[in-house]
Amino acid sequence: MEYSCPNYELACNECGKRYGNRPLSACPDCIAPLEVVYDLASAKGVFTRESVAQGPADIWRYARLLPVPEGFQPDLAVGFTPLVRTAKFGSRIGADSLYVKNDAVCFPTLSFKDRVVSVALANAQKFGFDTVGCSSTGNLANSVAAQAARLGLKACILIPADLEPAKILNTLVYGARLIRIDGNYDHVNRLSTLIADEYNWGFVNVNLRPYYAEGSKTVGYEIAEQLGWRLPDNVVVPMAGGSLIRKIRKAFNELVFLGLVEKPERPVRFFGAQATGCSPITTAVRQGSDDIIPQKPNTIARSLAIGNPADGPAAAKMILQDGGWAEDVSDVEIVSGIQELAETEGIFTETAGGVTAAVTARLYADERIGRGETTVVCITGNGLKTTDVLANRYDRATSPAIRPRLADFEAYFRSLDGQPEPELVAAGE
Amino acid sequence: MAIKVVLPTAFTRHTDGRKQFDSNAANLPGLLTEIDGTFPALSTQIKDESGKLRKFINIYINDEDIRFLGGDGYAFQDGDEVMLIPSIAGGL
Repeated sequence: MEYSCPNYELACNECGKRYGNRPLSACPDCIAPLEVVYDLASAKGVFTRESVAQGPADIWRYARLLPVPEGFQPDLAVGFTPLVRTAKFGSRIGADSLYVKNDAVCFPTLSFKDRVVSVALANAQKFGFDTVGCSSTGNLANSVAAQAARLGLKACILIPADLEPAKILNTLVYGARLIRIDGNYDHVNRLSTLIADEYNWGFVNVNLRPYYAEGSKTVGYEIAEQLGWRLPDNVVVPMAGGSLIRKIRKAFNELVFLGLVEKPERPVRFFGAQATGCSPITTAVRQGSDDIIPQKPNTIARSLAIGNPADGPAAAKMILQDGGWAEDVSDVEIVSGIQELAETEGIFTETAGGVTAAVTARLYADERIGRGETTVVCITGNGLKTTDVLANRYDRATSPAIRPRLADFEAYFRSLDGQPEPELVAAGE
Repeated sequence: MAIKVVLPTAFTRHTDGRKQFDSNAANLPGLLTEIDGTFPALSTQIKDESGKLRKFINIYINDEDIRFLGGDGYAFQDGDEVMLIPSIAGGL
């Protein structure tokens, strides 16, 4: 259950020991997380703007910098989601050059997780696993279930029992075996580790984790390419385990090394976003520390509800190193963030996106980000999966229906928003 | 008083393959001292150069992270299951 590849292999983040390619997440010697390292020099002159432009309109245009085995034939057109320049949202919060990276419309399951799962499952197949699994706060469950179905792999998925109903249905519909665990994500994750230890299964976020995490880099490649092969001044990223924010920086650094983008005069600053009800990383950053003290999550942003983030220390360290910052927002602000982004940009994001939108607004209000700087906000999931948080927010969703008559319509329309004067202007006037 | 110590496979190459053993340690520092004597190679694996438990190892008492129970100050209770496990990242 190993393979060799000249372009990449696993290495320990702490002691540097290398392990080839195998399903393994922690260094057997020092227990630190393993990471995929590349022979980047060999990609020089091969991975170019031109070579990328000739690739498909999905993440596989960057396959040379992803840990996908030789001979791998991409099946699904994952990623390459829109980078939208904001108009109203930006002006409302005082931002002149603000972009939304919209993974609410990622293919195939409407979240950023499609990127990481596709890379993990490419390796699961290479390693010969016929059952794959994950511990998940929802989006990962959806993506593993869907992509495993497509690839003909069996899926076994563990989730905290209190997950949003939409995320549960969005997993079951693909025929995956779903197991609800009486506990929070950290309990679920611990059980997954034990299962991966006992059974010959490929757990995407346990023994396949180093490969899985590399899929996150594609967000960074896409941002740079969609900005016309340049790096933004700032990136705002939601944090759960603390992995994505680091991988976007890794992607930027690789592009600089390979000459696809110019090295910016000032390092790109990274801003982390969490919910106040689960804010171990933002708490550490505010204290100027990378010492993470675990918390028991209590927030509606369940996809960010990881109280004991394994990549948290590294995330806090890099945020502080490059002059970034981290903020957290309350559940009320999260819902407002969802509504703001929907009303101003037509982008309906889930609770994690509400966190990111609300934190972005605060970063501008507090002048941690300058008005004219180019900033990208990473929206990682779709609002259709967490509609429960909007229940009771709109009286009209359940107000009595009117009769299908013009007079009734006009009377009703005039009553909306307490407006005494009608906005109606008869056709032709 | 006895507790049961449980180890994942990653740690068993230094315990002759044993995935669990009993201990009479009173608390976590006591357990780590005991491991120094019984499984010295495991001790080296789970502690850093300064003798502290490596930051990527989590300790669970039954189903709870020991840090929620008082950490080093937590007094093991008779029948506790103490698990040493590498921390695994997840989420975004």
